[in-house]
Amino acid sequence: MSEKDTGSVSEVLIKYFGGDERLAKIVDEEVPYPDGKLIVSRTDPKGIITHVNQAFVDMSAYTREELVGANHNILRHPDMPAVAFKGLWDTVENGEKWQGYVKNLRKDGKYYWVKATVIPNIRQGKLVGYTSVRRKPSRSKIRESEALYETLQ
Amino acid sequence: MPFNFTVSPDFAPDHMSGWFYFNTWLQRNLGTDIHLELFDSFDAQRDAIKAGQVDLIYANPYDASMLVRELGFKAVARPAGKKDEAVIVVPANSQAEAVEDLEAGVRLATTDDPDVHTIGMIMLEPADLDASNISQKDYDTYILVAKALLRGEADVGFFLKQGFDELSDLIKKQMRVLVSSQISVVHHALLVGPQMQDCMAELKALVTQMHKDEKGIGVLESMGIKEFESMSTEQTEFMIDLIDTLTI
Ligand SMILES: Cc1cc2nc3c(=O)[nH]c(=O)nc-3n(C[C@H](O)[C@H](O)[C@H](O)COP(=O)(O)O)c2cc1C
Repeated sequence: MSEKDTGSVSEVLIKYFGGDERLAKIVDEEVPYPDGKLIVSRTDPKGIITHVNQAFVDMSAYTREELVGANHNILRHPDMPAVAFKGLWDTVENGEKWQGYVKNLRKDGKYYWVKATVIPNIRQGKLVGYTSVRRKPSRSKIRESEALYETLQ
Repeated sequence: MPFNFTVSPDFAPDHMSGWFYFNTWLQRNLGTDIHLELFDSFDAQRDAIKAGQVDLIYANPYDASMLVRELGFKAVARPAGKKDEAVIVVPANSQAEAVEDLEAGVRLATTDDPDVHTIGMIMLEPADLDASNISQKDYDTYILVAKALLRGEADVGFFLKQGFDELSDLIKKQMRVLVSSQISVVHHALLVGPQMQDCMAELKALVTQMHKDEKGIGVLESMGIKEFESMSTEQTEFMIDLIDTLTI
C-alpha cells in the first residue's frame, strides 16, 4: 500500500510501559484505511477495552471477543515511540482531548495508520473511561509522523 | 404558558406539515399546550434555545452536546433506523476519482446543516483540505448545492446522504459520489428541557408506542419517520462523546 512497504516478516519484542513484553510478528505491509468510516473504541479508566465498533474489529483483524477485556496496547506497533503514548495518557488523565497520528499493529502483523482523537468520558462529574475515534489520515501527515517517530525512538 | 417545541431546521420541506400534525397529536395525548416554532437557520434556533425559549426539540446531533451538557436537556427517543450520514459529491465530469484527488483551492458548496458539514470536512482531511485552504459557499438547501455543482459554480458539494438520495434521477445522473460516510451512530434525537421534564416518562411512553396506533402511524409517516425508539442517557452521552471527537 505504501511505496516503501517491503512485505518483510520479522519478530519483534514489544516492551510495554507497565513492564510486560510480547514477541510480535511484524509484516511490513500497510492495510488502507476504509473510506468514510470511523474506527471507534472505548476503554475503562485503566485502558482496558470495553467497546469496539465493527470497523475496529475489521481493521484490527482480531475478533470482538479477543478485543473486549484486553488492554488497548494490544494494537501497539513497535514503530510507535513510547513518548507518543505518554503524551496521550498525560493529556487525557488531565481531562483534556488528545489528537495524534498512530501506526497500529494488526493481529496478522500488518499495520494501518489512523488520525486518532481520545477524550475522557465524564458522567455526573466522574471519569468513567475514555473514547477514541479514528479517521482517515492524509498521506502527507503519515509521512511527517513516520519521520518524527523515527527520531523519537 | 404553553411549552415550546422546535425542530432542527434541516427537516425535509415535504415533512414540514408532518411536524405540525405531530405537535397536534402530542398536545391531544399529553393533554397540555405546546407551541411549535420553526426556524429558518440553526443560528436563529440556537439563539432561541439559549434564551430559554425551547422546552422540547427534535435536535440535530451536533447541537445535542450543548443541549444536554450545558442546558440540562434529556433524550427521550430517536428515529429508528434513521442515521445522519454525509456524502461528498462532484459533477459527473469531474477529474477527481477519489477525495485524495481534490486540491487546495477547491470550491465547496455546503449548507448550514452542522452535522453534515462536520462529517464532510472530516472526509476531506485525507486530501489535506480544511477550512483554511478551500473556498466555501453556504446554500439554503441541498437542491441549491446540486445546482451549484451542475452550473460549475462549485467543484465539490456536501449532502445529507438522504437528501442526496431524494434528488431526482435526472439531477443525480449528472453527479458522482466520491465518498459516503458509514458512521451509523450519529442521529437526530427528541430532547426535553428542564421545564418539561415532569412529563418526560409520559412523553417517552407515548412517542415510542405511537407506531402501534392508527393515528400515530399516519403522523409518523408524514414526518418521514418509521418509529421512535427509546434513547437511554448512556446512548445519548456516547453519541455526544463521539461528536465531541469530531469537532476538533
Ligand atoms: C481510548 C484509548 C484508545 C487507545 N487507542 C490506542 C490505539 O489505537 N493504538 C495504540 O497503540 N494505543 C492506543 N491507546 C494507548 C494504549 O493504552 C497504550 O498506552 C499504548 O498502546 C502503548 O502501550 P503501553 O502504554 O502499555 O506501553 C489508547 C488509549 C486509550 C485510552
